[in-house]
Parts: sequence; structure tokens; C-alpha cells
Amino acid sequence: MNAQQQWVAFCTIVVKEIRRFMRIWQQTLLPPAITIALYFVIFGRLIGPRIGEMSGFSYIEFVVPGLIMMSVITNSYANVVSSFFGTKFQRSIEELLVSPVPNYVILVGYIIGGVARGLAVGVIVTLLSLFFTHLQVSHMGVTVAIVFLTAVLFSLAGFINAVYASSFDDISIIPTFVLTPLTYLGGVFYSISMLPAFWQGVSQANPVLYMVNAFRYGLLGVSDIDVVWAFVIVIAFCVALFVYSLYLLERGKKLRS
Amino acid sequence: MTAALSISNLHKQYDNGFEALKGISLDVQPGDFFAVLGPNGAGKSTTIGVICSLVKKTSGQVSVFGTDIDENFSLAKQNIGVVPQEFNFNQFEKVFDIVKTQAGYYGLPAKLAAQRTEKYLRQLGLWDKREQRSRTLSGGMKRRLMIARALVHEPRLLILDEPTAGVDIELRRSMWQFLKEINARGTTIILTTHYLEEAESLCRNVAIIDRGHIIQNTSVKELLRQLNKEVFIMDTREVLKEFPAIEGYPGQLIDDHSFEVAVEKHQSLNELFASLSERGIHVLSMRNKANRLEELFVSLVEPHSENGEEMQV
Repeated sequence: MNAQQQWVAFCTIVVKEIRRFMRIWQQTLLPPAITIALYFVIFGRLIGPRIGEMSGFSYIEFVVPGLIMMSVITNSYANVVSSFFGTKFQRSIEELLVSPVPNYVILVGYIIGGVARGLAVGVIVTLLSLFFTHLQVSHMGVTVAIVFLTAVLFSLAGFINAVYASSFDDISIIPTFVLTPLTYLGGVFYSISMLPAFWQGVSQANPVLYMVNAFRYGLLGVSDIDVVWAFVIVIAFCVALFVYSLYLLERGKKLRS
Repeated sequence: MTAALSISNLHKQYDNGFEALKGISLDVQPGDFFAVLGPNGAGKSTTIGVICSLVKKTSGQVSVFGTDIDENFSLAKQNIGVVPQEFNFNQFEKVFDIVKTQAGYYGLPAKLAAQRTEKYLRQLGLWDKREQRSRTLSGGMKRRLMIARALVHEPRLLILDEPTAGVDIELRRSMWQFLKEINARGTTIILTTHYLEEAESLCRNVAIIDRGHIIQNTSVKELLRQLNKEVFIMDTREVLKEFPAIEGYPGQLIDDHSFEVAVEKHQSLNELFASLSERGIHVLSMRNKANRLEELFVSLVEPHSENGEEMQV
């Protein structure tokens, strides 16, 4: 395939992915909006005022960046894992495998599909947050870059999960037992400066902490960690997972017998 | 002339140790209508899987219109359209979107993809169903959808894995007609089938695979020449009380207006009819007792069956 044909194939995959999550918006876009709105109500209006300030901001202002990032993480991951596993389950992945589309185009197409849903939900949640708090953007470049890279990273993670998955149970194990704990303990709801030194150290092994704090830095201008480190870690993870995903596709892991 | 498909010493051993292909070699010429026959588990689908990259070969060479799949699989795939045995499209997508998306995978720009999608959906009688979700189609429509999808990039080689399995007779005949037409327009067609009548009606050449080996690779006509004996059923005007015994033509009475009779390759039907006329028996119609190719297929494959395992053809 020449470059133009590869571009057409890439756009085809992206359009198909976006069409898929838009077609089932009641399952893909609405639930995270409702869930995060409930978080805003409970933590922002009901409990938040009793907690007081955190890192110099009201509690609702503090948690909004984390909640936006949480929705981006879970939705970019969920989109790729469910879509790619769905194509495996229905065997429609064979449509792509018999075609001349290079593996890296397949991978990037699915990743951009995941990023699209992650960002779509992120925008919806951001707009909802405006009903509960004033939103400021301190560093636009950092904000946009970290949210995009985070969506890429978790789309890649979802892709790897989908490749290895053999059943629908397999695509819920990682989100339930890995993704959710990492997100909840990744500084979404609190500053790690509140933790004892030991648990601060443990928290720093959690990659989600870096993404959430870099995003919070972009919006509020405050962070528990060095933002440069956050970018180094996220980019390193993205490169490593991309290379591994491509390796799985080249090998045809659980795709070609 | 460069072969449309050339397979040389192809081996496939699965991870569980099962050796599905044991060194098969095969050439299909451009423009041919080629049948691959064999009992279940013979290696037909594995062979197709290797050609279209769904199965990784263990060793051997495969080239499509001169392009080795190990050297440039992307180019080889541009020339191939595949209609699999089982439905493998997204059940929730619309018919139009399924075909147009496939065109996109082959790099066809959106406008051309839409034109081709319309062209093949119309040709296969699915244009009226274009806005329907694929899961709402009947089985026959789903098969036609897969053919439209395989043709949308206009491949030079079309491979169909049991395309008419479970399809009613009327639809099967119309699909045969459609396949004949696209073959006449120059598309090389390879099909696997369990319907021997299908191979006899459509195909010029045939390979029979059994347990990973090709045991026959010849023309359908040549294959039929190997048939030593045919059994005919004859319907008579007169009422018969017993089988009209004719020396050299064994047979038996079926009912009071028909009997079956075996005719060997060297024997003459004229002699048989003459003998029947002498006995005052007038034959109104005659037909083969079984599909001729089917008889031959069973005779070729049966000696290889293990442990009395039933063969499905």
C-alpha cells in the first residue's frame, strides 16, 4: 500500500471506531457523564465544603482535574478493549487481517479511536464541571499534551488487554482489579502530601499519580510531583506499550493460528 | 504465464502438534475456476487461511500472481478477495457500512468506495437492504453480503470457502450464475465446497485434499473419465414385474415403472437400449443414480479414512 492508501485505511478505521461509540452513546458517553456528575454533587457540594481547602483550592476545584482525568483514562481504555475484543469475538477482525493494511496503521487507528472517546468524555465532563465550579487553565500546552498522551497510553493498554483476552470476563479483570485502584489511589481525591512519608513513596510508583498531577498542574498550576518527570514517564510508557502492541500484532498473538 | 496462485511444498503444523498440511503443491492459472474438495479436516480451510494470512504457515512457498507472500504480503493481498465459511462481519453495522469500510481497508478513496459498494450491493440484490443492520439479514443475504465485501476492491483472485453451505437451491443457482459471470469477466475463482454438483457445474479444474495431502489435481473432465462405472435409473412406459435381465448389465427393479442398471465405461448405452427394445421395453427417461463426481470422490477418499471414520462430503 502506498502512503495515500494507508492514510485512507487509517481514516476508515478511525471513522469506524468513532461511529461505533457514537452509535451506542447511551453505553459509552452517557454513563461516565452521570457518574462524574454524581462525584461533583457528592464531593463538591455535599462533602467538599466540610473538607475545606486542599493545596490552596476549594475541594471541588481540587478534585475536578482528577475526575476529568479519571474519565479520560477509563474511557480510552474501555473503548479499545471492548471494540478490539468485540471484533475478535465476532471474527470481524478478519476483515482487517486479510486486507493489506500494515499492522502499525491498524494499531494507530484503534488508538486514535480510543483517544477520540477519551477526549469526548473528557470534554463532556469538563462542561459538566462548569455547573459546579469555576475552571481555570494555567498552562494550556501542558493540559492538552498530558490529556492526549494519557489517552494514548490507556488506549494502548486496552489494546494489549484485548489481544490477550479470550472472554468478556478477561476484559473486565484489569479495569476492576488494576485500573480502578490505581486511579483512586493516584491522587484524584487527595494530595499525597497528606500521606505519611512511606505511603508518599509508595504512591510515587503509581503512574496514574503523574498524569493526574500533571493535568492538575495544567489547570490549577499546582502539583505533588515534578511535571517534567510526569511527561518522561508517560512518554516512556507510551513508547514501550506501542512497541509491545506492534510486536503482538506482528506475531499475530491470538489473532492468527 | 504467471500462475494466479502457486503453492509449493506447503506445511502447517498447529501448536497442538496437529499437522494439517503435509507439503501440498498446487498451481491455479489466471482465469481458472478451480475447486478444492476434501472431507472435513482435510486441510482446505487451512490452505485458504495461509493464502489470506489468517493462518501462519510452518514452511513452504505461496505466491499470488507472482508475488511471494513472504516478500510482499501487502501486494499479494491486494489481489485477493476472500469469502469465508462463517459469517465474520460486525452484526451491528449497516450493510452499506460493512462493504464500504472494507473498501477503505484496501485504500479506495471514499467516493470510489461508495460507488463500488453500490455496484456490488446492486449486483448481489442487497441494495434495498443497505440501511439494515447485518444481523437482520437472512442467511442467504449474509452470504451475498460477504461476496459483495470480498469483491469491492475488485480482486483478481476470489477465494470462496463453501459459499453456498446452507443456502436454498434457488439462491444457490443464482449465486452460481453470478460467479460464472465474474469468472467470465476474468476473475480467477477458487472455491471449496461440499457440494460435488457445484464443483462439476462450475469448475474446470479440481484438487482433492485428504489429510493434508493432495491426492488428485486435474481437470474435472479428466477426473470424471476415471469413473469406471455409472449407475442409471430408467423410467419405463411398460409395467415391469421383474428386472429385465440383460447380459453384462447388472441391476435391480426399483418399482413397477423403474429399474436401476450399472453401465461400465467400455459398454455402450446403444446396446443396452437395443436389448431393452427387443424386450418391448420403452425408456421414457433416465438419470444418474448419484452425482458422478460424488461417486468418484468417495472412491478416492474412502481408502484413506482411518478407523472407519465417517466421511462427510
